[in-house]
Amino acid sequence: MRRVFENSAALLLILAILTFWQAIVPIAGLSEFILPTPLRIAERLLEEYWLLLSHAGVTTFEVISGFLASIVIGIPLALAIFYSTIVERAIYPILVGMQTIPKIVLAPILVLYLGYGWAPKIVLAFLISLFPVVISTVVGLQSLDKALVNLVRSMGATESQVFFKIRLPAALPSIFGGFKVAISLAVIGAVIGEYIAAEKGLGYLQLHANSQFDTTLNFATVVVISSIGIGLYSILNFVEKRVSFRRERAT
Amino acid sequence: MNARHEGSIIGAAVGLANVSKTYETREGPPVHALDTINLDMEPGSFVACVGPSGCGKSTMLSLLAGLIPATDGEVRVDGEIVRKAHPKVGVVFQSDLLLYWRNVRDNILLPLEIKRQIDAKSAARAAELLCQVGLDGFGDKYPSELSGGMRQRAAICRALIQEPGLLLMDEPFGALDALTREKMIVDLEAMWQRLGNTVLFITHDIDEAVFLADRVLVMSPRPGKIDLDLRIEMPRPRNWNDAHESSVFHGYVRQIREIFEAKGVL
Repeated sequence: MRRVFENSAALLLILAILTFWQAIVPIAGLSEFILPTPLRIAERLLEEYWLLLSHAGVTTFEVISGFLASIVIGIPLALAIFYSTIVERAIYPILVGMQTIPKIVLAPILVLYLGYGWAPKIVLAFLISLFPVVISTVVGLQSLDKALVNLVRSMGATESQVFFKIRLPAALPSIFGGFKVAISLAVIGAVIGEYIAAEKGLGYLQLHANSQFDTTLNFATVVVISSIGIGLYSILNFVEKRVSFRRERAT
Repeated sequence: MNARHEGSIIGAAVGLANVSKTYETREGPPVHALDTINLDMEPGSFVACVGPSGCGKSTMLSLLAGLIPATDGEVRVDGEIVRKAHPKVGVVFQSDLLLYWRNVRDNILLPLEIKRQIDAKSAARAAELLCQVGLDGFGDKYPSELSGGMRQRAAICRALIQEPGLLLMDEPFGALDALTREKMIVDLEAMWQRLGNTVLFITHDIDEAVFLADRVLVMSPRPGKIDLDLRIEMPRPRNWNDAHESSVFHGYVRQIREIFEAKGVL
């Protein structure tokens, strides 16, 4: 019983908060415009599911495209940085320097060049998730024990065998760590892009709800955006469990 | 003398002729790790190499493993000059270096996988080796589920699955606790007698070297060279307690210690 309680502690806490929220709104006499109740938000989610879903589709597309682009560009970039001293010297400092720029400030410029469609959102999601992908891949590749390389070399391994048999598997936990950070940031990138200028997407819908003083729809949008983030994160977690083996605590 | 041919593996002949190794350093003068080493190891003999850190014993092992090239001289295994990893050579390092994402069986099969020699019998061969080192049925376990001694036993299986004519061991028991270590030493001696491969065993433990070896090479640093090539004439199979009570054993140990004392190592 105690174990069940411990395992579902977080869930119970959320339920407690929601219950408190549900109870406090009528007690305090708050109007729906000021603070809608959780049940009202849930109701609205169901009523407007088609509207929310169509905007969520756009945002999800932008997030996934930007994230995938960061992998397609980021992994080869990380490999180049790892294997070539010249590339490392040339690109790594720039990449680290770029990290000090809040990518969000690029959003208006991207809109200027790429218009109101999905393109600037994808680019923003890409830029924001590129850094964690590259850094975590480089760090993962570098983390390999030199003695392990000697071990497989003593077995006659070629350079590509060193990579596929030991370097890549050893780097996967770090790489997936980077992916998870990247996907969360990609959601931020896409939504911010939609805030700046858009005709579709949850960021757009949320601003629209705001302008209509539709607080309930506003909250409903937050719920959907969060769900996208959690969903994509969970997919990555699932994929990681299939392909990567985390180091267990030694006995 | 102690060459053996009755084992399941045919021991490889090892020859180092005028071998020197110098490491270039970024700052300061180059390090002369090995100076004109001449050494022949008979097929099936057990040679231990003992010396303080920096005496070049690990360098010698790396040369034989084909991990680094010699600056001068020739390194041969069964007559062939070693330039890269030699197929007849297996290595056991100080730490077990098991891949944590592979179970024990797949770790043991790694050399065959790299050499693309996996066949239907490989898994059975791995299980048999595990059985021989007392890890019967541990194939499906992961390294994190094993103790330090068990992991090093698995690492030995991984080296042996290639049926290496020459087994290189670089302080393989150095990281183990005293009791586990003693057991490993005794088991290794018994196992080597069954197998019959040539062994080069690097250690800084004099007792370990004398107990195990047919020949003990005593090395000293700067530049690394062999100060003494001592033949150990003790009957096999050897018994740990008997050896430690015998005056012959202590005579050898004393002889080696005296060299270290003269060199200022001890």
